[in-house]
Amino acid sequence: MPSRKIVYPYIPNSEPAIRAAMLKEVGAASVDEFYANIPAALRFKGRMNLPAPFLSEAALRRHVESLLRKNTTAQQHLNFLGAGCYQHHVPAVCDEVNQRGEFLTAYAGEPYDDHGRFQALFEYCSMMGELLEMDVVNVPTYDGFQAAATALRMAGRITARTRVLLAATIGRDLLSKIRDYLKPEIEIVMLDCHPKTGGIDLQHLASQLNSGTAAVFFENPSYLGFLETRGQEIADLAHQHGALIVVSVDPISLGVLTPPVNYGADIVCGDIQPLGMHMQFGGGQAGFIASRDEEKFVMQYPSRLFGIAPTRVPGEYGFSDVAYERTSFAKREEGNEWVGTAAALWGITAGVYLALMGPQGMKEIGETILYHSRYAKQEIGKIKGVRTDVFAAPHFKEFVVNFDGTGKKVAAINKALLKKGIFGGKDLSREFPWLGQSALYCVTEVHTKDDIDRLVSALKEALA
Amino acid sequence: MKNITAERYTNGKPNLRRFHQARWDEPVIFELGRPGQRGILVPEAEAEIKSQVGDPLAGIPESLRRENPPHLPEMSQPAVLRHYVHLSQETLGADFNIDVGQGTCTMKYSPKVNDQLARMPEMTELHPLQDEGTVQGILEIMYRFEKILKEISGLDRFTLQPGAGSAAIYTNASIIRAYHASRGEAEKRDEIITTIFSHPSDAACAKVAGYKVITLYPDADGYPDLEALKAAVSERTAGLLITNPEDTGIFNPKIAEFTRVVHEAGGLCSYDQANANGILGITRAREAGFDLCHFNLHKTFSTPHGCGGPGGGATGVTKELARFLPAPLVDFDGGKYFLNYDLPESIGKIRPFYGVAPAVLKAYAWVIALGADGLREVAEVAVLNNNYLMHKILSIRGASAPYATGKPRVEQVRYSWQKLFEDTGIHSDELGIRAADFGVHYWTSHHPYVIPEPCTLEPTESYSKEELDEYAAIIEQVANEAYTDPDLVRTAPHNSTVHTIDHHPLDDPAQWCITWRAYLRKTVIS
Repeated sequence: MPSRKIVYPYIPNSEPAIRAAMLKEVGAASVDEFYANIPAALRFKGRMNLPAPFLSEAALRRHVESLLRKNTTAQQHLNFLGAGCYQHHVPAVCDEVNQRGEFLTAYAGEPYDDHGRFQALFEYCSMMGELLEMDVVNVPTYDGFQAAATALRMAGRITARTRVLLAATIGRDLLSKIRDYLKPEIEIVMLDCHPKTGGIDLQHLASQLNSGTAAVFFENPSYLGFLETRGQEIADLAHQHGALIVVSVDPISLGVLTPPVNYGADIVCGDIQPLGMHMQFGGGQAGFIASRDEEKFVMQYPSRLFGIAPTRVPGEYGFSDVAYERTSFAKREEGNEWVGTAAALWGITAGVYLALMGPQGMKEIGETILYHSRYAKQEIGKIKGVRTDVFAAPHFKEFVVNFDGTGKKVAAINKALLKKGIFGGKDLSREFPWLGQSALYCVTEVHTKDDIDRLVSALKEALA
Repeated sequence: MKNITAERYTNGKPNLRRFHQARWDEPVIFELGRPGQRGILVPEAEAEIKSQVGDPLAGIPESLRRENPPHLPEMSQPAVLRHYVHLSQETLGADFNIDVGQGTCTMKYSPKVNDQLARMPEMTELHPLQDEGTVQGILEIMYRFEKILKEISGLDRFTLQPGAGSAAIYTNASIIRAYHASRGEAEKRDEIITTIFSHPSDAACAKVAGYKVITLYPDADGYPDLEALKAAVSERTAGLLITNPEDTGIFNPKIAEFTRVVHEAGGLCSYDQANANGILGITRAREAGFDLCHFNLHKTFSTPHGCGGPGGGATGVTKELARFLPAPLVDFDGGKYFLNYDLPESIGKIRPFYGVAPAVLKAYAWVIALGADGLREVAEVAVLNNNYLMHKILSIRGASAPYATGKPRVEQVRYSWQKLFEDTGIHSDELGIRAADFGVHYWTSHHPYVIPEPCTLEPTESYSKEELDEYAAIIEQVANEAYTDPDLVRTAPHNSTVHTIDHHPLDDPAQWCITWRAYLRKTVIS
């Protein structure tokens, strides 16, 4: 127990004399009077059984740092994990901007309090719009999973249909999210994938499309890293039946890859974590949804949408909510899904990222990623018994490595790599049993030739 | 020397600040920069890699390659920084004002040390799929924080996966659905009950989970209506999603009867604890009979609001419902912390991976700096501050606090300016815009406006008596202006970054511009 009465630095009026003066001013004998509405039976008896506090900032820091130092970072080790959370370089200016107290501690002010927040988010949406070549982009939702799930429910509302077709190779966690989120309204049908390319089997797609189909959904690049090269054919088939195409895309690929709207996507979604967010153990995720500027699409968004508008001063830009009446803030359960605190700060950060990168930076980063991942894929593929050609299709930054020919399990290989300071690719053997002993490797611009060569030699040793 | 200080006081009281919000008249970012300028350079693949790989795009069909570069800005690094620093200065973060005006949002102080801790590479540079042995520190923090929430709520198991408060409410609704499905009653039980003074997301998330929503209105004194609840429950009741204290700041003393009535009808009871700040260590979900609850880490637990996230949501349940939680949970086997995926009846994923880990870290650090006594001090001072501010606000001409007259409120109050409106024709939202001229937030309330001309203020524990006096003085000034110079209020803001916005285009599909490219397309060039 502390030896003196604590005046808490976060609680100005915990100073006893101030507290007493305030009580006196409102005519209360003690704070207990303010809880008069809480019946005795509901009052918590005694003192909560919580760990003893670290009252000084020095002690607090020492305690939390000692816990955090039990972690080994992806800077200390070489990291080849991806699968939805990616190690890309985070520009210093991204951190500088999102650490500013004005942005970090703002919340839900009106445009007259928070003009800068509205403009920064409008600009984020606008830069994403350029990357995606689409005119409507939402203020970020929680993450790419939520973006995909909401995009599919939007598709259901737009088409007034209740069936969606999903590519078989989407990640199991994303599938789990979509199943939960669509359950009340929408039936899910899994599409077979082409055994060679991994892409959607067009014959199976054709057989599953009907007048009840709201949308066809695929990821590009796919969860397993390969590119879906037949997007336009998929879109043409779907559109013949009045179904929408919903594509989840990795935005960092779009300096070199064409945005999905160019092969027929109606709604595009994904996660902006690659655009300037640290991995943070999965805490840097944020989702986007984009579409054409058609009223029937716009009115189905649940998210905040910010628009530009004139003010009463000539030449002055104003920003505020577009079609607010769509939202649950305005209409509770009669609004679209719900809106609330999600991931706005990561949206502002992604805007900073895109502004820093510009068109040339986005092109170059795409090329470097392609070089690095292709080099790694080639070199790993040369190891005896190891296959990196599981899918006969181009890849972006991730690819499947199959170890069946080595007789070794991914778990054992990753354990051996860990001993050498390497986080090997994600073990897919539970998620996709039909891929055997396979792992999903991710290589980005942060890796060097040395890093990749080190991985290859460590793999060789582990498999020897 | 002239006594400058004396001129800052009138009748012994400090004058209001002569505030002016930053106004940089900032261009939209697409107007900045010049072709060819660069904000950052990207690593180039090494020569050996290039020669070995050849054409990096080989095998990618033409149709999949980007044809036209995206029309992104081309700017130097300092230009990008300056633009965003200008925009940040035009944003009224909680660090910069007496942020009691965003009621229900719990705009408390977010300790800087916690932000610093969350910026350590041992937090930022962790991949969520790393071997468990390399992430024992963050897993231990998640485990410890869950234990803390169990004690604060009295419930048995928590998931930290939801991205924020509404995602946690949705998680609760989905668990309720899974519970009834496990008993073969999913079809039959298709209604969820909430109250109008519970957050809009309680109604909205229930609907998303497939439920019909029944909304109870308050009784004559503003309390949730027990008789209305009794009339609403039936064999179709799946559950109750309810806030307490409600967004009016009124604690529902009959809450245990509410949960009993719903339980007797076979429903589950879920406690929206977004408003927990005034009751930490005072009253808990368990004693009130709840089966589920949720907390917002960015409200009660101090993590910064980030312009609207990332926040953090925590969903808690009783032992019986733990099997439905989203996987994985964080467990401890006596030797090490691990991710437990053994939940065959789980509702499934709510979010990728395990939640907003840096928010969990900051929330843990906040609690552990305060301890049990400190948390109780938070609650007591938050409630003292609220009742003190209420005392001040109710002395202002035209203000009232409908319902529960003469009774104390918990952590916030929903006020009404109906009298002021009748006297002056000035609406609550106009008062709010004028308040911005003095450097503070002021929020009306969620819709619908059951309380006419509403505003909701929540002082939290973070503001001093003098700051509360200052806030009340601003509101008094604005209210007085409504009586003496209503046009001054009506034409506000006068000291903001921008002037009155023409909202008409924002609701017109032909004119709304949600991106710059849409603006360029829709702009009339004359």
